[in-house]
Amino acid sequence: MNRLAQTRYIADEMLDARPCPASARGKLFTLGKLTGAVLIAVWIAFFAAIIWFLIDSYDADYMSRYSVRYLDGFLTTIELVFWSLVIGGILSLPIAFGRMSKNGFLRQLSFGYIYFFRGTPLLAQLFLLYYGFGQFRPFWQDVGLWWLFRDSWSIALLSFTLNTAAYQAEILRGAIMNVPKGQVEGAQSLGLSKLVTFFKVVLPQAMIVALRPYGNEVILMIKGSAVVSIISVYDLMGHTRRAFSQTYDFQAYIYAAIFYLLCVEILRRLWDMLEKRLTRHLKRDNG
Amino acid sequence: MSDYLTLLSFGPAGWGDEIARGVLVTVSLGLATLPIGLILGFLLALGINSKEPTIQTAAKIFTTIFRGLPELLTLFIVYYGGQILINLLLQKLLGSPVEVNSFVAGMIALAFVFSSYASEVFLSAFKGINQGQYEGANALGLSRFKTMRFVVMPQLIKLALPGLSNLWLIMLKETSLVSVIGLADTMRNTGLAARNTKEAFLFFAIACLVYLALTFLSSVGLERIEKRVRRGEARS
Repeated sequence: MNRLAQTRYIADEMLDARPCPASARGKLFTLGKLTGAVLIAVWIAFFAAIIWFLIDSYDADYMSRYSVRYLDGFLTTIELVFWSLVIGGILSLPIAFGRMSKNGFLRQLSFGYIYFFRGTPLLAQLFLLYYGFGQFRPFWQDVGLWWLFRDSWSIALLSFTLNTAAYQAEILRGAIMNVPKGQVEGAQSLGLSKLVTFFKVVLPQAMIVALRPYGNEVILMIKGSAVVSIISVYDLMGHTRRAFSQTYDFQAYIYAAIFYLLCVEILRRLWDMLEKRLTRHLKRDNG
Repeated sequence: MSDYLTLLSFGPAGWGDEIARGVLVTVSLGLATLPIGLILGFLLALGINSKEPTIQTAAKIFTTIFRGLPELLTLFIVYYGGQILINLLLQKLLGSPVEVNSFVAGMIALAFVFSSYASEVFLSAFKGINQGQYEGANALGLSRFKTMRFVVMPQLIKLALPGLSNLWLIMLKETSLVSVIGLADTMRNTGLAARNTKEAFLFFAIACLVYLALTFLSSVGLERIEKRVRRGEARS
């Protein structure tokens, strides 16, 4: 019998029904109920005001002009986040291993890398790469890398890749350290090679631990990507800012907020489902 | 080399004083946001833990919104939206348009974001406090406020401190976004220097170093606080 049925059985069969306790009776208005009602009323008023504002300022011309741009910006954001996460993920492997290496120099180097990228704002990194490195134009032209530093899109991609590589390296390191030593020893005693041990024994277990932090990193990247609009990359935020500066119509920001909120919420839910599915072997079935 | 030193000197020829003033603005924005964010975050955690479903929902809506929005967008919404709203309300009273202070707008936006994340930290810290602690306090006849103040809080702070330290470091870096709406902080002043002197690399590298130094100093300070909070624990 599972627990719920057990509880129901006890409630229905073994206990007599009791009247409502005196302390809970007659209290229609407690301070908590009042506060809750006021807060909910404030939210309802807030959302109603926003909806009213959006309907009131609806303009078919504005819509047809900007909806395509918003969609385009949204795709740019997704593209930027996706590629920087993937490339950053690959880059994070050597950094994480450097951090755990026995070689002191490598350890210091990757520690310095991680410390720099986690200790400075994304905006400062972006400016340093875009304006700072852009200053050495003749040098980049000589090396043949000017195409990379000329374009704000590729700079955005580069700085996001470098940034997320530092964060992902820390996530990966934490997850790998979390795998018990006995797992590696067991694999060794079975005669597995180091590579097989890592990819077949350590990594799958580490990934489950890393699942949640990785999900957070994806969401942080989507939110952080709004910063690229400052160096005039036309992502969702970039198009929003342009629409606002052209029309001074505040609905631009509200639509952007709805877009971002939906995107982040859907992703959060999907990630929760993914995590539940991937960790289902760890759950005990106790109804 | 001496050119660079002149550029960085304190005085009319150098940008040292401007940058130093910017650092001061960055630090004061962070320090001004912290208490608001902490109190609001604690209230949100209490709200989510509340027995009233209406209070729970209201608090959850708040945290969902401000954890889902990009910080930059939150900032713009508070800055421009606040401006529109205040002018709408005050138009009849004052007649002339009011400009929203970018420091205040930054403070509010960052506090909203900080408190949404802080509420999560407080919630998980609340879970770490044993039910017996409340029952014990109840048995001693402590009021709900006193239970919170003298029994729960001292343990809560210890549990929440690592998470809050992390949030402080994140928030300190996010203050750089307020430069976009015109606050003369580290980022903006180094940016001005970069534009005026054409030494972008030098000044943005300095900006990075300033933030690194601030993070480093914060983590040293936070370590001390953590040690002090944990002073009651048995040493191993």
